[in-house]
Amino acid sequence: MAVLSRRRRAFTLAGVAALAFAVTGCGSSDNSGSSDTSKPECAPYAQYKVDKKKTVSIYATIRDAEADKLESSWKQFSDCTNIKIDYEGTGEFEAQIKVRVDGGNAPDIAVFPQPGLLATFVKSGKLKEAPAPVKANVEKNWSKDWAAYTTIDGKLYGAPLGANVKSYVWYSPQLFKEKNYQIPQSWDEMIALSNKMVADGIKPWCVGIESGEATGWPATDWVEDIMLRDQGPEVYDQWVNHQIPFNDPKVVSAVDRAGSILKNPKYVNAGFGDVKSIATTSFQEAGLPVKDKKCGMHRQANFFSNQWPKGTKVAEDGDVFAFYFPSIDPAKGKPVLVGGEFPAAFSDRDEVVKVQTYLSSPEWANSRAKLGDWFSANKGLDLSALANPIDKLSAQILQDPKTVIRFDGSDQMPGAVGSGSFWKGMTDWINGKSTTDTLNFIESSWPK
Amino acid sequence: MDYDFSDDIQKIWPMLIAVGAFAAVIVGLLLVLDVLPRWGRHRWHVLGFLGPAMILLLIGLIIPAIRTIYLSFFDAGSQNFVGLENYGWIFQHTETLHMLRNTLLWVVFVPTLSTAIGLLYAVLVDKARFEGIAKSLIFMPMAISLVGSSIIWKFIYAYRSEEQDQIGLFNQIRVWLGLQPKQLLLDPPINTLYLIVIMIWIQAGFAMVILSAAIKAIPSEIVEAAKLDGVTAWQMFWRVTLPSIRPSVVVVIMTITIATLKVFDVVRTGTGGQFDTNVLAFEMYNQAFRYFDDGKGSALAVFLFLLVVPIVIYQVRTLRQRTESR
Repeated sequence: MAVLSRRRRAFTLAGVAALAFAVTGCGSSDNSGSSDTSKPECAPYAQYKVDKKKTVSIYATIRDAEADKLESSWKQFSDCTNIKIDYEGTGEFEAQIKVRVDGGNAPDIAVFPQPGLLATFVKSGKLKEAPAPVKANVEKNWSKDWAAYTTIDGKLYGAPLGANVKSYVWYSPQLFKEKNYQIPQSWDEMIALSNKMVADGIKPWCVGIESGEATGWPATDWVEDIMLRDQGPEVYDQWVNHQIPFNDPKVVSAVDRAGSILKNPKYVNAGFGDVKSIATTSFQEAGLPVKDKKCGMHRQANFFSNQWPKGTKVAEDGDVFAFYFPSIDPAKGKPVLVGGEFPAAFSDRDEVVKVQTYLSSPEWANSRAKLGDWFSANKGLDLSALANPIDKLSAQILQDPKTVIRFDGSDQMPGAVGSGSFWKGMTDWINGKSTTDTLNFIESSWPK
Repeated sequence: MDYDFSDDIQKIWPMLIAVGAFAAVIVGLLLVLDVLPRWGRHRWHVLGFLGPAMILLLIGLIIPAIRTIYLSFFDAGSQNFVGLENYGWIFQHTETLHMLRNTLLWVVFVPTLSTAIGLLYAVLVDKARFEGIAKSLIFMPMAISLVGSSIIWKFIYAYRSEEQDQIGLFNQIRVWLGLQPKQLLLDPPINTLYLIVIMIWIQAGFAMVILSAAIKAIPSEIVEAAKLDGVTAWQMFWRVTLPSIRPSVVVVIMTITIATLKVFDVVRTGTGGQFDTNVLAFEMYNQAFRYFDDGKGSALAVFLFLLVVPIVIYQVRTLRQRTESR
């Protein structure tokens, strides 16, 4: 019955479609001749040019305003090379990419925010190795650390795209000036400042970890940043690679230290309610009370600069700015937690290789940087192209060989933990679960 | 934007050709069946008509089902045989046990309450003055997608701290009554009940429509005879209405039960499975598509299938008994 009616519906559809064609008299109207690829501004793109109009699909997590800037960053490339880039940004990337790949509908290029997820597709043999020109660009323009995130079994699978620095605390320079607060240089100074704010009747911290299916990730960033400070980079690496268990006393210590702020009802949650409101406050709005001076500090990556309402001045003397999330023992150096995206290809068609190559070039990085609120660890990036002071600061930190850089840990863990039980566990932890129970749960979910 | 319909045409043509080819094969098959020689004609007819459907069922249902069962005995990457380990996992962790408890809460409350509410409403508005309007009011949630209604209810449950203006209806009412605003979706297991309300809101309309039609189909002689005998409204409901529509009530309960066992959208939109509100179908999706564990995902799918099977068997049986008794 169901089969029959579906078939009948198919006939109806076919009929309607046929009618539509008959009425509109549609043939394929060839309008590809419109773009003039021999214009002078097209000269730099000569090496990428293809003869016939081609389309390359890109699937990524970048949406809204950032996606618009991304699309305009490669507009000229597109116009000059005959390669049309079909961009799709999604909030469900982590789940949908597997559905699309398994369903035989893989995008040409997928931009992975998690090296761990990228590795899963390498292991299942779906991703293509990076082509020679991309390899050359990576060797020339990125540090070994960055190349290592997409190198699996000695083979490179893609160049980094954008980067972000996560070890920032957003604050209101005006509020700090009014109350004569100093930017804390160590963890203890930061706690002392928090207590001072409490005494002045200001809630010192605002936090939000709600992010749809990815709810919990901002809390994992807190833990990673503190893990890096509380235990040092070596233990951090052991933890990320599961050489020490997830419920190791060292991890318990770091999570409890995070709890001394996140679960302290005197400190949180400025503008939103009690400790538990952290779980239901979206990460996009969590920092906004800082601008209204209702909240003292908000720990979030540099990309939060995209969230401020229009007209907010992001600068050291502006409405909002960020300071470096201080280390516990400044003598041990400045650890920095970073994140980034990595385009990797499911296809090795000529035009796909060309887009990949262009995206790994300094030319593209500068084209994107000019549009604002973005930077990359690409050494060819022209720092003077960065308009936003926070981007400039971040790019300087990334290019400085002395900083101890570590990539977001949850993004390197297996999907079941890094985008599963770690997020979920931290959400339950905010909602009242004990540190030990939470870490035991996460440890039990680590794939054997 | 720069959407160009002509780009899509090249993709539509192959589809049209495929549909046309399919139609041609079917028409050809029917013609061949028609001119077949007399002997053995019946058998060929059965094969010719059932064949295509059987093949489609085989490809679309039976083979995937067997493959799912097969995969449920293997590990995450479907490489090594692990026996019943994936099934054991379902019953060995607090988190998965909570998931089973939640699924049970859903299956107990949604079918019974939606059917009860739908039935009560159907009886109350039957032959009332504005029956049409009254019925469309409760039927309307059915027209909204599960995700849409979950978002609507999320706004109703929305929480803001005391100092702020409430944006959620529920908490605003609490504030008017002089109570503290409350985080509704955070505390297990009561938060599951708040999600269940969403499903009942949707399904009650479905129950009402089917049961209302069944009530209208009760032969008027029976109703008149009962009235002549002087029944009260109470007796009328329990002795006449309910027994007459019993088969419809069973069908409604079964249909809603199956829909509830598969509940996914409401949980995903409402809480994302956080705060101990996870259910079977959502965990199956998580394991298979987010955690890349095809073994556990398949085991959960098979378990869900086993739970639905008895209901389907019962339904088929009652259906068969009814057709036989006629």
